[in-house]
Amino acid sequence: MLKKELGLLILLVVVSAITTALNPRFLSGVNLLDMANLIGLFGIFSIGEGLVIITGGIDLSVGSMFSLLGVVFIDLLVNRGVPWPFALIVIIVGGLFLGGVQGFLVTRMKLQPFVVTLCGLLIYRGAARYYTTDATMGFGYSDDFDWLAWLASGRSWGVPHAFILLVIVAVVMWVVLHRSVLGRYLYAVGRNEEAARFSGVKSRAVIASAYIISGGLAGISTILLVFYTNSVSPSSFGNFYELYAIAAAVLGGCSLRGGEGSILGIVLGTVLLQVLQNLVNILGIPSSLNFAVMGTVILLGVLADQQFAARRKAGGKRAPALVAMEKQSRPA
Amino acid sequence: MAEPLLSLAGISKSYPGVLALDDVSIHVQPGEVLGLIGENGAGKSTLMKIIGGLVEPDAGTIIIDGKPHAAMTVASTARAGIAFVHQELNVLDNLDVAANIFLGRERLAGGPLRLTRNRAMHSESLPLLARLGADFAPDAPVASLSIAQRQMVEIARALSVDARVIIMDEPTSSLTLTETERLLQVIAELRASGVSIIYISHRLGELKSCADRVVCLRDGRVAGELPREQIEHGAMIRLMIGRDLRSLYIPPRTPPEGALCEIKDLETTSFPGRRITLTVRRGEILGLAGLVGSGRTSLARTLFGIDPVQGGTVQLQGQPVRITSPAQAIAQGVFLVPEDRKREGLILDMPLVENITLASLRRYARLLLIDRAAEGKVARTQQVRLSIKTPSVAVNAATLSGGNQQKVVLAKFLSMAPRLMIFDEPTRGIDVGAKGEIYMLMRGLADEGVAILMISSDMEEVIGVSDRIAVMHDGEISGTLDRPDFSELNVLRLAIGQPAARDEAA
Repeated sequence: MLKKELGLLILLVVVSAITTALNPRFLSGVNLLDMANLIGLFGIFSIGEGLVIITGGIDLSVGSMFSLLGVVFIDLLVNRGVPWPFALIVIIVGGLFLGGVQGFLVTRMKLQPFVVTLCGLLIYRGAARYYTTDATMGFGYSDDFDWLAWLASGRSWGVPHAFILLVIVAVVMWVVLHRSVLGRYLYAVGRNEEAARFSGVKSRAVIASAYIISGGLAGISTILLVFYTNSVSPSSFGNFYELYAIAAAVLGGCSLRGGEGSILGIVLGTVLLQVLQNLVNILGIPSSLNFAVMGTVILLGVLADQQFAARRKAGGKRAPALVAMEKQSRPA
Repeated sequence: MAEPLLSLAGISKSYPGVLALDDVSIHVQPGEVLGLIGENGAGKSTLMKIIGGLVEPDAGTIIIDGKPHAAMTVASTARAGIAFVHQELNVLDNLDVAANIFLGRERLAGGPLRLTRNRAMHSESLPLLARLGADFAPDAPVASLSIAQRQMVEIARALSVDARVIIMDEPTSSLTLTETERLLQVIAELRASGVSIIYISHRLGELKSCADRVVCLRDGRVAGELPREQIEHGAMIRLMIGRDLRSLYIPPRTPPEGALCEIKDLETTSFPGRRITLTVRRGEILGLAGLVGSGRTSLARTLFGIDPVQGGTVQLQGQPVRITSPAQAIAQGVFLVPEDRKREGLILDMPLVENITLASLRRYARLLLIDRAAEGKVARTQQVRLSIKTPSVAVNAATLSGGNQQKVVLAKFLSMAPRLMIFDEPTRGIDVGAKGEIYMLMRGLADEGVAILMISSDMEEVIGVSDRIAVMHDGEISGTLDRPDFSELNVLRLAIGQPAARDEAA
């Protein structure tokens, strides 16, 4: 179980070491804290994505969800004068609701997760653009929300709040996934939904819960992202972010077939992605190669994992001790 | 006598723990309908897989047109003019009739694109369909056809490659009476035009009306052969049974009494219009026998809440229950040990402990967090109780042998309080030693007051283990037998829809 995470950690250390050797500035405090901020921003919704992937599904809609929830959030605060705690709740509940609708369509209407969330991606983006008539929304020059902005994008003891929040979310979700009944059911349903159902697991509710959690975490991420960029232009805000989340989850050991993955793996996957992005900047690689570098590393990582897994399997599907035991007991 | 078109000489095949075929020799003459009978597991399917090139025999030769082959391949079977019409139909729903007939041998236009010539395929299909008296067009989508019509498509496909031998495996198992008659007519016409047919069926009446010769397999051997004039129900049944059953029976500690589960007029989705009435008593093992496809598994699925109830009632200890999901069934103490252990029974790449506690996980949880120590303790207790052979309960279920896997499925439910336990083929693919252990566990449960419904196609098991046997035929209970009336003959008669004989003179 921990082998994958260890492999990822080693890869991370190697990549960081090489980068540091080429440019020591990589390990400077400023750079590390900048990365920590981005890791926090991307890690939170990647964890939600990971849960959906563990059930054997996929959520393509998170990026567009940021855009839609983002414009609503700014509109509530700036134009409608809604008190900020209420606006926060609306956005998080909105995320939960959208996730719930997607979960309903996947489990009750038996639509494929790819199709449902692809439609979500299109619908939310379109709705966001219509909502603002394609205009960018921002907080303007008002400093009414300084306190809220500090909460979402500030730092305490030098540590970005996004990172602190990620640590909290990761710990909570670690408990949920690795220690709770729901977590066990998520794995069970992802590995063999039929057998889980035969064991009395309410597989539809379990799968739907993954989409709801993913939506809720996307809601939280929206607030952080809005204050990170300070404005939302609905046609580009959050573009491709679902792919970052999927990449982090896959890099972190989630199989798109379902049933595999861990919170630690997803977090490490996010870290590695951000290190790669950072490496492109810091080593002076043309930033247009950004995606290509990311894609190559993911491909190599997944390929290596596949090879190791195949070797492990070939090395003996059944534990030798077990075969010996059975041989002894056979003549009975 | 003409030289046989196809003959098998001295074919043997063994699987780990089972001798599936033992020195089997059969042959088919040109233009002959050879009936092949035998109980479930007698070796018919293995024999057909050997002819089809899916399984390689351990010994023996296959002689086609006088030429011997050590083994066939899928391609060489097709080249020899041998075609299959399968029990589960092998047609593609999304294509039309002609495309199915010419699948893999599409008529192509010349040129670099090698486009398919749909019109040519349609016109070539017409005479084939006409020969079979089919009432649908070559461009009809297969999705719109009935099962009988789809079967015609398969037969047309066989004819389109000029098949000389057509092997039909239970071709009528899902056909209506008129459709069956139509198929028998087609078979007669094919025979008249010189095509040989190997007809595998449990429906003895059909064999009586269409077969020229019947060969019976029993326990992997040829039990006997009947020429045309001797094909009679009694003679066929006598060939199918007639081996010494080892006694597996462990009598209940106290005689079973009181109805635990009363099923009344239950209608399942698989057999609309058919009603099942059955009572399982407290502390008894009720064997549920019947041919494959007679509705036993769909009864189990309906009782367990997988398939919806279409009508009728189920009572547990006098209380009517409505079960619409496995979760509800489990809450009511109704458990199912499913037929397909690997797909439905276990999550293979999950540790034993997690498999064992999956159905009762909430019990080991405090504030929804799993108490892993308690969970492990229960798993180890069950491991000892069922003597599951494993180095640790932390290994994945996939690493265990079939018998031990089955015990894990049992362990999943035994930590709870079962009232009715349904076993669907509980010892399929399990070696003899583990079988005995499972029977003892079942008896142990029954003695604790659990009602046990055991679906089994293994005659030795049904007769050896059950306190009472109910037999299903075509979605209905065709009769129940008490121990004094237990015999293979009676079970088999009920399974094919005839009344049981009171004495052995059939």
